[in-house]
Amino acid sequence: MRIRISNARIISPADDLDCTGDVCIAAGRIVSVPGPAPDFQAEQQIDAGGGLLCPGAIDLLADFREPGQEHKATIASESHAAASAGVTGVVLTPHTQPVIDTAAVVELIHQRAAQAGGSRIYPLGALTSGLSGRQLSEIAALKQAGCIALSNARRAFDNLDIMRRAFEYAASFNLPVFIQPEEPGLRNNGLMHEGQISTRLGLPGIPATAEIVALSQCLMLVEQTGVRAHFSKLSCAQSVELLRAAHSQGLPVSADVSINNLYLTEIDVDGFNADCHLAPPLRCSSDRTALLAGVGDGTIAAICSDHQPHDADAKAAPFGETAPGASAIDLLIPLTINLIEQQQLSYRQGIAAITCNPARILTLDRGRIAAGEVADLFIFADTGWTVNNDTLQSRGKNTCFRGWEMPGRAHYTFIDGELVHAPA
Amino acid sequence: MTDLTSQLDESGKLQHFLSTESLPRHILLDILNTAESFANVTGRAVKKVPLLRGKTIVNLFFEPSTRTRTTFELAAKRLSADVLTVNVATSATHKGESLLDTLRTLQAMHSDMFIVRHAESGAAHFIARHVAADVHVINAGDGRHAHPTQAMLDMFTIRQHKPDFASLGVAIVGDIAHSRVARSEIHALNILGVSDIRVIAPKTLLPVQIETLGVKACHDLNDGLADVDVVIMLRLQRERMQSALLPGEQEYFQCYGLTKSRLQAAKPDAIVMHPGPVNRGVEIDSQVADSAHSVILQQVSHGIAVRMAVMAMIMGVHTEVPA
Repeated sequence: MRIRISNARIISPADDLDCTGDVCIAAGRIVSVPGPAPDFQAEQQIDAGGGLLCPGAIDLLADFREPGQEHKATIASESHAAASAGVTGVVLTPHTQPVIDTAAVVELIHQRAAQAGGSRIYPLGALTSGLSGRQLSEIAALKQAGCIALSNARRAFDNLDIMRRAFEYAASFNLPVFIQPEEPGLRNNGLMHEGQISTRLGLPGIPATAEIVALSQCLMLVEQTGVRAHFSKLSCAQSVELLRAAHSQGLPVSADVSINNLYLTEIDVDGFNADCHLAPPLRCSSDRTALLAGVGDGTIAAICSDHQPHDADAKAAPFGETAPGASAIDLLIPLTINLIEQQQLSYRQGIAAITCNPARILTLDRGRIAAGEVADLFIFADTGWTVNNDTLQSRGKNTCFRGWEMPGRAHYTFIDGELVHAPA
Repeated sequence: MTDLTSQLDESGKLQHFLSTESLPRHILLDILNTAESFANVTGRAVKKVPLLRGKTIVNLFFEPSTRTRTTFELAAKRLSADVLTVNVATSATHKGESLLDTLRTLQAMHSDMFIVRHAESGAAHFIARHVAADVHVINAGDGRHAHPTQAMLDMFTIRQHKPDFASLGVAIVGDIAHSRVARSEIHALNILGVSDIRVIAPKTLLPVQIETLGVKACHDLNDGLADVDVVIMLRLQRERMQSALLPGEQEYFQCYGLTKSRLQAAKPDAIVMHPGPVNRGVEIDSQVADSAHSVILQQVSHGIAVRMAVMAMIMGVHTEVPA
């Protein structure tokens, strides 16, 4: 399909682009930007109405629940929710049932995604078999099946030697590891950030040290093994400091933060609000400020949704018996743009954190708007909407942002130059 | 507290009793004054009043309890309500039924009030959010969070001996971190105007930033007890000894156990309280538990009057006791 998008504000941080103009697409790729190509015969004209045109967003952490928990969500339901929200690529955690620790599971997931025809998906291969933290998975086979990165999800390794060996083995195949740093002993049976609110509510706390200690250990093993490491959904101010120091040391590390932790704090858990029961937990306002500053100065390169769709029953219980996690894939782009509009991030920083930076972390040729690049794009229109069960496309309605006003949404999404989402 | 469940209805009356936190002072005083009138009923030959005749009260206990359950049961019976006690620990939820299903089933039997005890913090709030608008919930202890009727019977006991809250020094000693009683007492004492509240324990038994609740933290028993009017000892669960929180009973008793000689640091007329059941020789010496300072048994009997008061107030009945 030959498409001309006109009247758009085109923002592509990787191409140093922030201008008004046209983008022409043919055969899945961008033909010209920002001016129309001479003699370009469009089969379809799209007027962006002055809306933002950005590279398709890439979400570095989400859970689509399939295989194994299809009562919560499916690859079809969530990849369509992602595409209709402007998210064109999604990294999936390996803790499905069965775990993504064999080529067969990777193939199954790719097959389901191909049938669904929503967003692109990038399943993380499990570093250890069954995420046991004991025995390495067949990492070469996982790579061959299409995994571009590995992870042990939020599961601990039996000991640091196994972590070291897993890093070494992953590095041998030039695969990055995605790490959610958490020291299980220090997390203990904690349910929320250990602080004022946990003390008041009588909920067991998760100290900041649970993340900081684990992150410090990982950084030392990254230095020793030379593995490329990406730290997922950091939650503490001190983690940002550790990352900053690691960068100046020249370590091959990157990090992201969940959109939830850029907006919310422990105070949002008050009243035993199970929708805000997250892992890692929402922390103090000083942590939130430091995370935002980390995104601003590039220490934290990416913002992820940490999308965790749940069925209603999973949250309908006393706080300690509820499942952690929030549905957020619908909100990744609107909430990021909201941060930009509130001038907490610049356009360049905010858009880069959900487009070209995650692409770079995954070493994908995506996240750009330039002639010859793959045409994964979204157009964001500033028609406000309210978050509720009906407006969320994800099957998971467990949002932390119920009732919030969003500044707009993706009106058009293109993957491989094809229109996969348009206004009804 | 930005609570999702308000304990007060639109006209400012108590509709649930989930926590002492953030309640207006006049509500707490109302509870104490109403309990005062019910305390007299307990002394009569016929111990019943017909205030809740025809009402159904369900004791919903997800955690074993003898003392709290029986005093609630007695309180409800003395108000002439029909009482049903469900020990869920041995019943439906063990068969895989969810808490919500259990609740809906019991609600279908037209209960007017649930008295809830549960091992999870926030369980009573959760239930209050899910019952029908005309059903009331009283928290009989949720995890480490709150045990508001215990706190109010303690306030009642304190007031009987020391009527001027503003001038009091109160020390709470022991496992604050895991104690719902301590949290509810701290809120109640603050609301009633006590300005000198101390919590005494090793750091392992104090939750972080406990000072934000309006108390002073102290790790030395002798220092902490200096000149206090009220000493509240907390029960130490034996399982704490198996973790890294404490080395053992002996050392705990040596450092934090209340003995006759330690009590001398407090005011000469200080009262000693304990929510029970008492671990003699662990947190408190028998000599003290049975001494003239001890008001532990009074606490138990006040429990009935205070729970009658809370139930009657919540059900919105006139609380003047018929002669």
